[in-house]
Amino acid sequence: MAFLHGLGMVCILLGIPFFVSGTIGLLRFPDIYTRLHALTKADNVGLGFVVLGLALQAEEWNTVARLLLIWLLVLIASSASCHLVARAALRRKIQPWTRP
Amino acid sequence: MMDVMGFFDIVLALALPWLGWRLLASSDLFRAVVLFISLGLLMSLTWVRLQAPDVALAEAAIGAGLTGALFLSALRRLERLSESERRLEHAGKREEDETIPPEKRRRAKPVAYVLSLFLLVVFVLLLGWSLGQTPGAKGGLGPAVAGQMGQSGVQSQVTAVLLNFRGYDTLLEMMVLFLAALGVWSLTRVRQTQQGEVPGPVLATLVRLLVPLMIIVAGYLVWIGSSRAGGAFQGGAVLAAAGVLLLLANVTVVRQVPAGLLRWALVLGPLLFLLTAVACMGGGGNLLEYPGQSAGVWILFIESATAVSIGVTLAALYAGGRPPAPSAPEKDNEEGPGSGVDKGGKA
Amino acid sequence: MSGLYSLAALCLLLAVLAGLVRILRGPTEADSMLAAQLFGTCGVAILLLLSKGLDWVVLQDIALVFALLAALAAVAFALRTWGGTER
Repeated sequence: MAFLHGLGMVCILLGIPFFVSGTIGLLRFPDIYTRLHALTKADNVGLGFVVLGLALQAEEWNTVARLLLIWLLVLIASSASCHLVARAALRRKIQPWTRP
Repeated sequence: MMDVMGFFDIVLALALPWLGWRLLASSDLFRAVVLFISLGLLMSLTWVRLQAPDVALAEAAIGAGLTGALFLSALRRLERLSESERRLEHAGKREEDETIPPEKRRRAKPVAYVLSLFLLVVFVLLLGWSLGQTPGAKGGLGPAVAGQMGQSGVQSQVTAVLLNFRGYDTLLEMMVLFLAALGVWSLTRVRQTQQGEVPGPVLATLVRLLVPLMIIVAGYLVWIGSSRAGGAFQGGAVLAAAGVLLLLANVTVVRQVPAGLLRWALVLGPLLFLLTAVACMGGGGNLLEYPGQSAGVWILFIESATAVSIGVTLAALYAGGRPPAPSAPEKDNEEGPGSGVDKGGKA
Repeated sequence: MSGLYSLAALCLLLAVLAGLVRILRGPTEADSMLAAQLFGTCGVAILLLLSKGLDWVVLQDIALVFALLAALAAVAFALRTWGGTER
């Protein structure tokens, strides 16, 4: 039990850097497409690690189920909406950034 | 532990007014809308820290989700309006109108100022007077509510207050929402959206996955409202989100919901609430005094009906007009606009 | 031990607030929208962490609603503000 708890804590702490790097990417990356890339890392991996860590520490199965449901929802919603935003940007003829 | 949470609270307390100020000071309307969505999310977190999960739920659903989509659509419509206005100005049609208003406005201004100042003073005086009339409650009403929980029929204090102890207020709130939908419906028909744009595979899948889940979660929130945070308003808001998503995607199902069904769904909650209230009086009690031990059942019954109506009402407010007239069904049905309202009915 | 959850939540909150700068800076509308979207995801993570740290199950429901509605504004943006066929 203690082992699972510790493992969960490690997972949570692993997830935080992904969120932070998502923010940094959002601030530092040059154009909309690269920023989308940064954002999805926070959504998928960052939240994934946090949810995994919390699920490892959960005491009941229904908590695990709810956590996974939330993560899946965010995955679906964010990937779909990022796709829509990227497509809208392409349609607007926004050029992807290239190294000058 | 406490220190970290205390720091968390301080950051929240500093960020909230800053965000609000940036939002109000923003000259770019679109940016203001995005800031508003962020403010909703931040507000929700703040309500959590204030130990008010019910409000946090409502704020998350309405402030961050629904109003964001609503504002974005409104902004789009405003832009279209100003574009057509600009075109009119170019045609020179507007110039005559433009010359008259300034004088009129100048004449109207002092009167308007005096009148609004007068009304403001009257309002403040009335408010002060009513405040003076209110007997002060020492220590708040918390102990009183906690003492009566046994009779309320539910375990959640918030739900007990909203639907039992102060059910009258909630009834009036339902009527206000209903009136708002009536007002929108009496102003205009649903606007034509670009028709014929079939949702792409990604959007279609998103709708197919999210809408059923939203409906389930709405039901869950209504059900769980009797024992902890949740309830008709939160459930209705999530239901409305499903409707808005359907409207956005312009799904065919939405167009097939008959307008009559939509009207009934709109009326269902307020009507059943009102009938229950009167029926309680018929049973010898006061208005909304549920008979005997059955309070829990009545509350669940009312909450389910009002959740459906709130969902339809909010989705109808998003759609922004009444459904197309049944007298001209063929033509209107082909255009997508009615679909927006119908979605709510479907949900 | 539970202090770690709060600390993680605090880190996420600070990250989110830093991300808000992107809303103010733009340059395009989509960039602002992305920051709001990041806020939604971070909000879910913050709520889940607080739910564990404060031992308060209700917060998971709020996180669920956050997750459900997170995409709504972005979808509305992509389809309405930027979307649609060119007039």
